[in-house]
Amino acid sequence: VNRSLYARRKFWNGLFLSLSLAAAAFGLAWLTLILGTLVADGAAGLSPKLFTEMTPAPGSTGGLANAIAGSLIMNTLAVAAGTPIGIMAGTYLAEYGRHTRVGFVVRFVNDILLSAPSILIGLFVYEVIVLSMGHFSGWAGAAALMVIVIPVVLRTTENMLLVVPNGLREAASALGAPRSLVIRSVTWRAARAGIITGVLLSIARISGETAPLLFTAFGNQFWSTNLNAPMASLPQIIFNFANSPYEDWHRLAWAGALLITFTVLALSVLARVLESRRSS
Amino acid sequence: MVDAALTYRSVATPRSFRIARTDSIFRGLSYAAAVAVLIIFVGLIASLGIGAWPAIKTFGPAFLTTQTWNPVTEHFGALASIYGTLVTSALAMVVAVPVGIGIAIFLTELCPRSLRRPIGIAIELLAGIPSIIYGIWGLFVFAPYFQAHLQPWLIDAFGDIPLLKNVFAGPPYGIGVFTASLILSVMILPFISAVSRDVFETVPPMLKEAAYGVGCTTWEVMWRVVLPFARTGVVGGAMLALGRALGETMAVTFVIGNAHKISTSLFAPGTTISATIANEFTEAVGDLYLSSLIAMGLFLFVITFIVLATAQIMLRALERRAGGAT
Repeated sequence: VNRSLYARRKFWNGLFLSLSLAAAAFGLAWLTLILGTLVADGAAGLSPKLFTEMTPAPGSTGGLANAIAGSLIMNTLAVAAGTPIGIMAGTYLAEYGRHTRVGFVVRFVNDILLSAPSILIGLFVYEVIVLSMGHFSGWAGAAALMVIVIPVVLRTTENMLLVVPNGLREAASALGAPRSLVIRSVTWRAARAGIITGVLLSIARISGETAPLLFTAFGNQFWSTNLNAPMASLPQIIFNFANSPYEDWHRLAWAGALLITFTVLALSVLARVLESRRSS
Repeated sequence: MVDAALTYRSVATPRSFRIARTDSIFRGLSYAAAVAVLIIFVGLIASLGIGAWPAIKTFGPAFLTTQTWNPVTEHFGALASIYGTLVTSALAMVVAVPVGIGIAIFLTELCPRSLRRPIGIAIELLAGIPSIIYGIWGLFVFAPYFQAHLQPWLIDAFGDIPLLKNVFAGPPYGIGVFTASLILSVMILPFISAVSRDVFETVPPMLKEAAYGVGCTTWEVMWRVVLPFARTGVVGGAMLALGRALGETMAVTFVIGNAHKISTSLFAPGTTISATIANEFTEAVGDLYLSSLIAMGLFLFVITFIVLATAQIMLRALERRAGGAT
């Protein structure tokens, strides 16, 4: 028996397994550190004023009301416009165009859009909408976010429809239901939880998006619900305030960061719960 | 209902016409939505191309190889930004790939079954944190700590070693290329570990059991059986993460320092394509300035497209194989 060989193999095994343990600890440590700072620094700035007062000038107190309103308006519009397109396109891929050339190309392109740098989507919307309107606007911000919503919803819808057993479709068709009825009342219904998961994930995704808003919605120091004018949003306010030299602004930036992070994490956890309920 | 179904197509009744019309409208709508995705994609490329044209016409290919970035004389070259993008992404990959795979190994092999889900979810939550949060955390928490405690020590430690002393040189600013790469690596970590874990789980248990049966250690099973089997998937996941890293804006912009210069030291401030666009776009005056920023965006699009397309092709091939096996 070659004892030194055994010892060596045992040593490498122990070393690499400890390294993988260390890797997991490394990942968890960052998560704890980031969430910990967020809670510690963000909670200090949390107060009812955050939701009722406008973003202040340096040196005076204020809240984030205009930014919260702007984010809500633009996110709602983006989801309202992007969800139907995403669901319908996902339906096309899974139900009609599974093996067609168009289906193949759309699937490929969609996966690129899903991970494409979001700042480029900002540039795209700037070129198309901001330049033709002549100024920054809430519409442009919502459009940029919509371009991010569509691929997320499309991807999850297609995946969820693909796992619906064909037997269900065949049974419905055998009863004489036309294709559109089969899709609407059988496959969509079977995949409902999954599709809702996709929508939640898309909301989570756009809630934190900053880059595409910088040169579309631009930002606004005042209360404004006019979609034809520049509009404030939480991520963009965080970006501006954190880059400023003012302490008050930093505090507000942290409070805003806490708000969006917990919104996003709550949405992802909710989506996950829905998904696990579906699979169980 | 049954009657209508029986007569559908064979006897033309008003009802069957209505059904046929609804059917074709629904199909048409879903087709239109799918085509809309294509239009967005083509529009994205076209608008970047048109916006970039003045800069491409003025500077030609030299745009990509010159380092000058002078808004006053309107002379622009993207080299410093391109360099920063490539270096930060490469460094982030150097950290994130082994750590990401390590986490996946931990989750599939070492972790007690009851902790698997919670730890898996916790790691995936890292992917859910918006990138701007990484940015401000890096700027306000990590950079000051790094500057005060780790950086001087690193500069000292490598100060006498040739080559490395240039890489870890300079005054400790806290922010810089190194900090940006580290923050970036934490951001892309979950992508790599999630994909790797999923692929590891597709390895047939029979293969692993056979390897254990001939006396392999856990590590040998991972290294010689699981990893070779899962290679395509792991590389595909890594490419996906690289695509993210190349285009990431907010996490980098805060901590890289925004200096248009190429420095041998990783501790020096630099910039990336996306950071330059984010910082300068709204303040850019002059058509050529704007166009140069868009031209950089176009270049970024081209490289991320290549990386993401490769990732997709690899992952698709894997899906087909997994689908064929079952």
